[in-house]
Amino acid sequence: MFQIRIHGRGGQGVVTAAELFSVAAFFDGKYAQAFPSFGSERMGAPVTAFCRISNAKIRSHEPVSHPNVVIIQDSTLLLHVDVFSGLSQNGYVLINSTRTLEALQVEEFCSTLPEGHCRVIPVSEIAMQHLGQPFVNTGLVAGFAKLTGSLSKLSVEKAIQQKFPGHLGNLNAKIVAKVYEQNIG
Amino acid sequence: MKQQIEGSQAVATVVAFCRPEVMACYPISPQTHIVETLSQKVKAGEVGTCQFLNVESEFAALSVLIGASAMGARAYTATTSQGLLFMAEAVYNAGGLGLPIVMTIANRAVGAPINIWNDHSDSMAMRDAGWIQLFAENNQEAVDLHIQAFRLAEELSCPVMVCMDGYILTHAFELVDLPTQEQVDDYLPPFEPVQVLDPLNPISIGAMVGPDAFMEVRYLAHDKHIRALEAISRTSEAFHEQFGRMSGGLLESYHTEGAETIIVALGSVNGTIKDAIDELRLAGLSVGSIKISSYRPFPTHAFHEVVKDAKRILVIEKDLAVGKGGIVSSDVRMAVQNLPLVVMTVIAGLGGRAIPKSSIVRIVREACLEGLEEPHFLDLNWNAVNDEFVRQQKKRRSGLIPKNIPGDVGPFKLKVGQ
Repeated sequence: MFQIRIHGRGGQGVVTAAELFSVAAFFDGKYAQAFPSFGSERMGAPVTAFCRISNAKIRSHEPVSHPNVVIIQDSTLLLHVDVFSGLSQNGYVLINSTRTLEALQVEEFCSTLPEGHCRVIPVSEIAMQHLGQPFVNTGLVAGFAKLTGSLSKLSVEKAIQQKFPGHLGNLNAKIVAKVYEQNIG
Repeated sequence: MKQQIEGSQAVATVVAFCRPEVMACYPISPQTHIVETLSQKVKAGEVGTCQFLNVESEFAALSVLIGASAMGARAYTATTSQGLLFMAEAVYNAGGLGLPIVMTIANRAVGAPINIWNDHSDSMAMRDAGWIQLFAENNQEAVDLHIQAFRLAEELSCPVMVCMDGYILTHAFELVDLPTQEQVDDYLPPFEPVQVLDPLNPISIGAMVGPDAFMEVRYLAHDKHIRALEAISRTSEAFHEQFGRMSGGLLESYHTEGAETIIVALGSVNGTIKDAIDELRLAGLSVGSIKISSYRPFPTHAFHEVVKDAKRILVIEKDLAVGKGGIVSSDVRMAVQNLPLVVMTVIAGLGGRAIPKSSIVRIVREACLEGLEEPHFLDLNWNAVNDEFVRQQKKRRSGLIPKNIPGDVGPFKLKVGQ
């Protein structure tokens, strides 16, 4: 069982990201479950969503407290939310930022994880180039797929095309291609 | 066809396949995605001649459906929480009139204090209104129960609530095997009402019944519900035959054969409970579980048969009868009254409090070793409760509890790991 926790701010699309993870996993022939942690949602407020991916049927409906992967859509959350809570010792961290792990002051924590498991990708900038909007969920799903190797690129592309058909899907496919060029995974 | 789909979308898809003729809905979280999707489908002409009415309240929604159903139309709505309570009078009327309306309840807590998250307080408040109440464990079952609900409601001429946990199911993307329109048509015959308002043959329904006959009318309602137990099993078996999977029915047993301890629950927590049971059995504990699918009518006899050799029952319930304790545990106690076993009540998951597998494992171990106080409140923050007791002893105007307690537990934290 692979468990993902996505941290973002209201409006950034943590729920859509979790949905894309689960749909891509479904296209890979796996079982998946994606769900949000609803609070009193407001634009900009910290929000979380979860995804479980498994080779076996998923029965549990408890929230994810021990994720294998933490994805951070907005690096300013590092200051306010205990984003690494419960993360597995072999876990992965993927942060959307233009800054380095050192500049984000998470290097110390990341050094407790295996080499290369903690990565930063400037997904907002990539999205701005292709969409003209800082929507980061498709880029981060692609980043996760490349970093962990637990989703195929084909299924990620298919899930994105299903969610955003037509022109928007093609623009997002460019984001995926750009993220796959990053030196991660 | 198998799809990775949100629970609400899956339910809306299958409700549309059931060819409702009138839907009257008022949006309320966490039911909103269901009725939004249905209104779009109706507008797009995907639901035949179905009329979708945007009404001014939940009371209006069900009142419209009472009229529609009495005219012989297949009628559907969905609501939750305060919305269900706001339509309470109409809920009892639809039950008493035996109108086969189907209503989804996206289960949510009832205020005050206001809380939009999941528990079963809303359905429980309407448990004795004469509706059949079916509870879904996952989104596959939620989908399947809706198809069964229309068939059951119309066969018996009795309204049915399909209860699915708000957010936990309504907003979760899971693998769902969605039936096709043809499959639903094969399973669900056209609606043949037992009573119809017809201008050519005018009758009244809902006439006053006096003390000389009211008891008999109520007895017959009770008798119909008791007979419905057989129909619920039969409807679920017919579903199994056609679709190849078990969904609904009266109850589902998991490792209950020879089990000393049996956990009982309604809804989505049953999945987590099954995982907990696997862990406990690996550790050598003799534990099983019963998922109650049909809460009203309550399957007293079927339940008795499953638990008769057990030593103890733990009812984990997402509701609270203030001043008494458990609601489901009362039904359970009645079903086991002549058996030498202990029934313990665990109140859990109120207002969206997470029920982790680890807490279930811990409480089962405690219950087996020492027993539990009655009722037990799972993962209650006793520090916050005791602080409030101290405040109240200090002065009369000690402040509002719904303000004090969040202050004690700290700022509203993002539910990391909860």
